[in-house]
Amino acid sequence: MIRSIGMTVALLLLPAVALAGGDGQRLLQERCSGCHNLTGPAPQTLAELWARKGPDLFYAGNKYRPEWVEQWLQAPRRIRPAGMYYGNHIKPGPDGDIIDERSLPEHPRLGAEDARAVTRALMQLKWGSHLITPGAYKPGRISLSMGELMFDKFRGCLACHEIEPGYGGRSGPEVYTVARRLQADYLISYMRNPQAWDPRIFMPNKHLKERDLQKFVHYFRALSEEDFQ
Amino acid sequence: MTPRRGWWRAGAFGAALAAATMAGPSSAAERAEDLYKTYCWQCHGMKGDGNGINVRDMSVQPRDHTDARAMSARTDEELFTAIKKGGQAINKSVLMPPWDGVLSDEEIHSLVRYLRELCQCRHGG
Repeated sequence: MIRSIGMTVALLLLPAVALAGGDGQRLLQERCSGCHNLTGPAPQTLAELWARKGPDLFYAGNKYRPEWVEQWLQAPRRIRPAGMYYGNHIKPGPDGDIIDERSLPEHPRLGAEDARAVTRALMQLKWGSHLITPGAYKPGRISLSMGELMFDKFRGCLACHEIEPGYGGRSGPEVYTVARRLQADYLISYMRNPQAWDPRIFMPNKHLKERDLQKFVHYFRALSEEDFQ
Repeated sequence: MTPRRGWWRAGAFGAALAAATMAGPSSAAERAEDLYKTYCWQCHGMKGDGNGINVRDMSVQPRDHTDARAMSARTDEELFTAIKKGGQAINKSVLMPPWDGVLSDEEIHSLVRYLRELCQCRHGG
């Protein structure tokens, strides 16, 4: 009898254990698909762009560094100071537009096992492989001051991106953590042509030369060594 | 592989294939006001007065599009070039980027007309 009850309890617990332990794809569907596009395509119209709640994930396996994803899901923090589409999160202030902090949603926090399972599932989502050349990024170095000069004065990217907490533009994602977050070959591809990944995104194609693309990633890597959080 | 997972993967593959064929520059022209809201607000602001959320740490203040005097000093062709090729193309700031990667010529022309509405002005007038 006791043995039978034990078996029943074990069977009842099984789905929960299995879900928490490894079915990342199911977790993605159940917990992530409400805010993230898991299947594509990217927004084709401005209305679709404005409606996007979280980053598209149908190419997560080509974009993110898995170790960062797993860690971030357990302790999420905002990457885009003004949200996915900044226009939904700003309001007029006395001296110009300000971010409406109360309109910005918090990302759910996952437990360690779920984070690992979801990360594994995300890494299988690989649309866009045709846009990436494996090994396109050739590791190298650039000084922080030279990198900043290029990023700000020569190319004007500081207009939309923060290069340290609280310094820079706020409509785009912060870049001081980007080398920890994203794969270097993806960065090269995305900066070369953002619209190839996201046709209506409000990041301009700056027509960067190959050597500048490389230097930008050198700079992002140097920034990431500064350990800004 | 469970049937459920197999179905999910097949669906994801099909959708990824659809995404692969559908991605790329959009060809449908959008309304100028919506384009302005998407691409210009970030620096030029919700009121078009050059006070967007990105201005805080900029070394050059974005153009106030409601300033009739400054805006009437520019021809429509110069405005078109500045939007399409960036500020440097008309000897202005690098902070104004080229938008030719995302906007069609038709959309840029409509934005120029929209700027004329914002400033209530025309070149030389």
